[in-house]
Amino acid sequence: MELTPIILLLPLLSFLLTGLAGTKLKPAAAGGIGTLSLALSALLAYLTAGRYFSTPRVEGVYEKIVPFNFEWLRFTENLHIDLGVLLDPISVMMLVVITTVSLMVHIYSLGYMKGEKGFQRYYAFLSLFTFSMLGLVVATNIFQMYIFWELVGVSSYLLIGFYYTKPEAVAAAKKAFIVTRFADLGFLTGILLLSYHTHTFDFGILTSGDSGVFAGAAGTTFLGCSVISWALSLIFVGGAGKSALFPLHIWLPDAMEGPTPVSALIHAATMVVAGVFLVARLFPVYHAEAPEVLTGIAVVGAVTSLYAAIVACVQTDIKRVLAFSTISQIGFMMVGLGVSGMGGHDGLGYMASLFHLFTHAMFKALLFLGAGAIIHAVHSNEMARMGGLYKYMPVTHLTFLVACLAISGIPPFSGFFSKDEILAATFQFNPVLGTILSFTAALTAFYMFRLYYRIFWNRPAHYDHAPHEAPGSMSFPLIFLAAITLVAGFIPFGQFVSSDGVAYTIHLDWKIAGGSVAIAGAAIGLATLLYRKENPTAGKLAAAFPLLYRAACKRFYIDEIYLFVTKKLIFNGISRPVAWFDRHIIDGALNGAASLTEKLSLAIRGLQSGHVQQYALLTLGGTLLIVLGILLV
Amino acid sequence: MEYYLVISTIMFFAGVYGFITRRNLLAVLISIELILNSVDINFAVFNRYLFPDQLEGFFFTLFAIGLSACETAIAIAIIINIYRNIRDIQIKNLNRLKD
Repeated sequence: MELTPIILLLPLLSFLLTGLAGTKLKPAAAGGIGTLSLALSALLAYLTAGRYFSTPRVEGVYEKIVPFNFEWLRFTENLHIDLGVLLDPISVMMLVVITTVSLMVHIYSLGYMKGEKGFQRYYAFLSLFTFSMLGLVVATNIFQMYIFWELVGVSSYLLIGFYYTKPEAVAAAKKAFIVTRFADLGFLTGILLLSYHTHTFDFGILTSGDSGVFAGAAGTTFLGCSVISWALSLIFVGGAGKSALFPLHIWLPDAMEGPTPVSALIHAATMVVAGVFLVARLFPVYHAEAPEVLTGIAVVGAVTSLYAAIVACVQTDIKRVLAFSTISQIGFMMVGLGVSGMGGHDGLGYMASLFHLFTHAMFKALLFLGAGAIIHAVHSNEMARMGGLYKYMPVTHLTFLVACLAISGIPPFSGFFSKDEILAATFQFNPVLGTILSFTAALTAFYMFRLYYRIFWNRPAHYDHAPHEAPGSMSFPLIFLAAITLVAGFIPFGQFVSSDGVAYTIHLDWKIAGGSVAIAGAAIGLATLLYRKENPTAGKLAAAFPLLYRAACKRFYIDEIYLFVTKKLIFNGISRPVAWFDRHIIDGALNGAASLTEKLSLAIRGLQSGHVQQYALLTLGGTLLIVLGILLV
Repeated sequence: MEYYLVISTIMFFAGVYGFITRRNLLAVLISIELILNSVDINFAVFNRYLFPDQLEGFFFTLFAIGLSACETAIAIAIIINIYRNIRDIQIKNLNRLKD
C-alpha cells in the first residue's frame, strides 16, 4: 500500500527522462525506459490490488485507505487543497485497468511506431498521460482530480496532434482541447459551488453519507433547483465533455487523427471514461442530494448511445466506427450510473457500469490495437481498401473477432456480462429506457459485424503488396487483451465493487440476458447476410432511405450546428462587435491620448531652442512677472 | 548710499541686457562679470551702512570675487576650446549639441 505513490512516480520519472533527454536518447532506449517503468508500475498496481482486496473487510466494506496525503494549499481552516493517494475499490480497479492497457499500448507502440519521427517524444507523452490518468483516479479530493483532469486533457491534446505536420491532426487536437476545456469550465464552476457550500474538497467527507455536510446549502435555490443540484449538474457537464457525451462528443471522432495506439489508450480505454469515474466517485452525493440529476444523466447517456450507434452504422473509416462505438458504450455506462440506486439490488446499475468500464477498456483497447495492426498492414483507414484480410492476418483476425463478440454481448465473452447487467438495471428503472438500450445493443452488434466483415471478408481489395501479420511486439498485446476479454466476464466483480461497498453477488437475469443475446444474434445474422460477401442489398438499403443515410453520414449535422452557432452567431453577433469596440473605442482612446501628446509636444518644442540667451530672457521675464505680481497684490 | 545702489542697479541691468543681447561669448562673459560686480557693490554698501561694526558683507564680497575669478578662468578655457574646435565663438553658431 505504501508503494502506491511509486506507481504514479514511475511514469512521471520516465516522462521527465525521455522528455528532457529528447533526441539525445536512442529511440529504442526511450521506448525501453517508458515500457519498463510502466511494467513496474503495472506490477505494483497488481500487488496493491491483491493486497487491498485481501485485507479483511470492516463491517462488510473494504476500507478507504489514504496511504499518502499532504496539504498543498490552505485557504481556510476547512478548505484546503491536498495532494494524495486514496485507495478504495474503484480507484484500485482503475489503477489495474490503466496500467494494464497502458502497458499493452507501450509494448504495442514499440512495433507500431517503429521508425516514426519523434519516437522519443511519443513515449514521453505516453508516460505523461499515464501519470496524469493515475493521479486522476487516486485523487483524494475533487480539486486534485481537477488538476490531473486538465493534465490528461493536455496530454491528449499533445498526442492527438502528434503528427503536427498534418493540418487535420492539428485541427483535431485543437478541437478536442477547446471542447473539453469548455466543458471543464462547467466542472470548475461546479467544484467552486460545491466547495463554497460544503467547505471541503475532500471526497472522504463529501461521500461519507453525512447529510450535515450539505446543510450549508440548504434553502439556497436557483431557478427552482437546489444549489447542490446545480453544482452536481455542472460537474457532470465536465464529465460529459471528457467522456464525449452528446452533444459534447464532437471532438472524439476527430481525435482519431492521432496514432492508433493513442486512440486505444486515451480515446477508448482510459481518458474518456474519466467522466464515468467522476460520477461514480461522487455517486453517493448524486444519489443522496440530487437524484433528479442522476435521471438526467441516464437520459443523456441513452441519447448518446443511441445517436452514436446509428452514426457508427454508416461510417466508412474503421477508426471512426470504433470512435462512435466508444461514445455509444460510454453512454451505456452513464445510463448504468444514472439508473442506479444505493445498496443491494438497487445498486446493480452502479456495479454494472463500472464492470462495463472494466471490460470495455479491455476489449475496446483490443479493437483499436487490432485496427492499428490492420492500418499498419494496409496503410489506409478506409473500409473500401480492405476485405479478405483473414487470410493474411490470422492473429489479428481472431482477436478482433473475440472483441467484436464481446462488444456485441455474446456469452461467454466479457461484454455480455457487463452489458447485460446494465440492461437489467435499466429495465428495472424504466422499460422505455431499457428498450432504447436494447435497440442500441442490437445496432452495436450490427455495426461491429459490418466492420468485421468489411475488413476480413467481403470482396478482397487489391493490395499493392500482400498485407503481412503484425510483428510480435504488436500481436502479443492483442493476444493478451483477447485472453482477458475471454475470462473477464467471470470475475465476480460485485464482490469488489458495488454502490455501497458491500459484496454483491451477480445474478444473471436470463429473461433479459436471453432476449439481448437473441437480439444481438439476429443483428449479427443481418450483418452476415449483408456484408459477409459482396452484396448490393446494403447499397440499396442506403438508397431506400436517402435522407436518413445522408444525415447519419454527416453525423446528424451536429458539427455543422456547432459551426453555425460559433461562426455565425457567436463570432458575428458577439465577437465582431466586441472586437470593433476594442479596436475603435478602447484602442481609439489610447491612440487619441498619444496623438494629442504628440501634437502638444510639437507645439511647445520651439521653447527648447538650445539658445542660452533665450532661456535667460524667459527666466528674466518670468521673474519680472512674479515680482510685478507680488508688488501688485 | 542711494547713489551706490543706483550705480549697482545700472550695472546689474546693463549686465543682464548684455547677457541677453550680445552675440559674442566673450561679451556675454563680460556681462556676467558686470552682474557679479554689481552684487559685490551691494554687499559692501549694505554692510558699510547697515552694520558698520561687522564684516560679513565684506567677506562675502571677497568670496564672490574669488568665485568669479575661478568662473572666468573656466569659462575662458571653455571658450578657447570651442574656438579651437569650430573656429567660432558666435553664440548663434554654437548649436552642434542640439542636433
